[in-house]
Amino acid sequence: MSGVLVIAEQRRGELRPVSLELISAAQTLRLRSGEGLQGGEGDTVTVAILASFPERFIDSLKLAGVDEIVAVKVAAAEFDPDTFETAVGALIEARKPDIVLVAHSVDSFGYAAALAAKLNLGFATDVFKAERIDGELVATRGGYGQKVNVEVDFPGRATVLLAIRASVFKPPEQPGAPRVTEFAAPATASRSRSREFIELSSDDDVDMAAAEFILTIGRGIGEEANVARFKELADAVGATLGCSRPIADAGWLPKSRQVGQSGKTASACKFYIAMGVSGAIQHLAGMKHVTTIVAVNSDAGASIFGVAKYGVVGDIFEIAEELRRHF
Amino acid sequence: MKILIAVKQVAALDEDFEIRADGRGVDEEFLIRDLNEWDDYSLEEAVKIKEASTAPVEVVVVSVAPEEADEALRKCLAKGADRAIRIWDDGMEESDPIAIARVLAAVAKSEAPDMLFAGVQSSDQSFASTGIATAAFLGWPHAAVVSSLDYAPGAKSALFRRELEGGLLHEVEIQCPAVLTIQLGINTPRYASLRSIKQAAAKPIEVKTLADVGLSAGDAGESGSHSRIRRMRIPDKGRAQLIEGDAAAQAARLAEIIREFKGDAA
Repeated sequence: MSGVLVIAEQRRGELRPVSLELISAAQTLRLRSGEGLQGGEGDTVTVAILASFPERFIDSLKLAGVDEIVAVKVAAAEFDPDTFETAVGALIEARKPDIVLVAHSVDSFGYAAALAAKLNLGFATDVFKAERIDGELVATRGGYGQKVNVEVDFPGRATVLLAIRASVFKPPEQPGAPRVTEFAAPATASRSRSREFIELSSDDDVDMAAAEFILTIGRGIGEEANVARFKELADAVGATLGCSRPIADAGWLPKSRQVGQSGKTASACKFYIAMGVSGAIQHLAGMKHVTTIVAVNSDAGASIFGVAKYGVVGDIFEIAEELRRHF
Repeated sequence: MKILIAVKQVAALDEDFEIRADGRGVDEEFLIRDLNEWDDYSLEEAVKIKEASTAPVEVVVVSVAPEEADEALRKCLAKGADRAIRIWDDGMEESDPIAIARVLAAVAKSEAPDMLFAGVQSSDQSFASTGIATAAFLGWPHAAVVSSLDYAPGAKSALFRRELEGGLLHEVEIQCPAVLTIQLGINTPRYASLRSIKQAAAKPIEVKTLADVGLSAGDAGESGSHSRIRRMRIPDKGRAQLIEGDAAAQAARLAEIIREFKGDAA
């Protein structure tokens, strides 16, 4: 009764990158021989992939530190809560791992808590650090908009399910030679039916994915009438204007300009100025790859200063006005 | 027809907050309380469904919380909820999202709604777990991060889109009754009118104990929870290099940094 079980994620035939990050997270948690284990070899990291054609993903998961890949063939081609609960639940019962890692992702939001409730698993989400302290598993997560780190433990739980925050662990680079097995998941009568995927259409010709220099506005701009002057500033400095979620939700800018985890992936962005963006975790996770982040915010305690290279504490309107004079 | 909405009064932190003496929470003095932002959207979605329906629909909000949450519940009543229920009992302070979900499920069993909404997550603890764990205790179909919904009260199924990462939507059909967790931006929540705020102040809040919903002390609090808070800590301040000076000086330095980047990029 030991080992770490990783549940990889795939969508539309592609392995989601966070799956590989989970493998690295698992390495930090596996017990090695002599660390309280009875056996001589240390415990194992097992990666399970659930898909209608799991064999497609096996090669991409053959990485250093993976002992076994379990191919779980399921009927549903895309994520389905009932299918995942049944299959992952059966796998946990069969393998009895002491830790199960899933991504803190939209798919996991749809089933991980249900699984923890049904199988009586220790449970924490949005975990960015996990360690064993005196043999006890301790997970650290954010509280109050990242202003507090909350350490939680799981007294008396044989198995603990952790949903790991994306973009925290670096994916392993070295290849490995794990053994590959199959697991027959029980059949599921699914109560929901996947219909189709819809790509967010770009309704104003902007391509956030290609933009290298983005200037983003957030809640701090106060009202819709102020959007225009920041658009003008972005044009003047040569940046693409982006926005955080509340601005797109309010309809002040089209959804295609939203950056962060649920918005468009700003994958080419190298330089990012965030004005009046406090930095919700989903926003920060979506921008973490950017080399240079400059945050301008009147709240010195804003979470965005935690990821920014440069910080300007001040009134965004004054800074914008002064900055405009230079271009 | 009935729609049940799970709501939470969340806490934001005042500037210069302090950790409690026992190290396991934030000193109450520094907490600024309000209705969870996500719950504002799930309530609005239910009220919109009610207004569009020809059959009568009752919109009921429920919170598993001590008395201070009455403020959030009254806000919901002012914004269109017909009834408000609050469950609390001694020893429930240490409840995690799964313990809260067990209580919500017990309420749902007695209320027998046609649909249950919860916010995707709370803005303070951000577990994104309560709604979906509630579905597990009820044995109901469920879906998370719903960003648009097509549902008529009493219908056998609903059509929705869930918002995935990277600007992708997934359209799904689900059997009802179901538990859906509602994402920001699904609608535009209304403001409460002065008149409705006054009316809400006079409406009763139904206060119940664990026993009232058929549960016992062990179902909630620490013994009913799947995690336990060891301690809270203030993280090290970020690595941002602060640009000092007045607005003009800050902007001048910022302009330099922009030019450096553009020079490198060119």
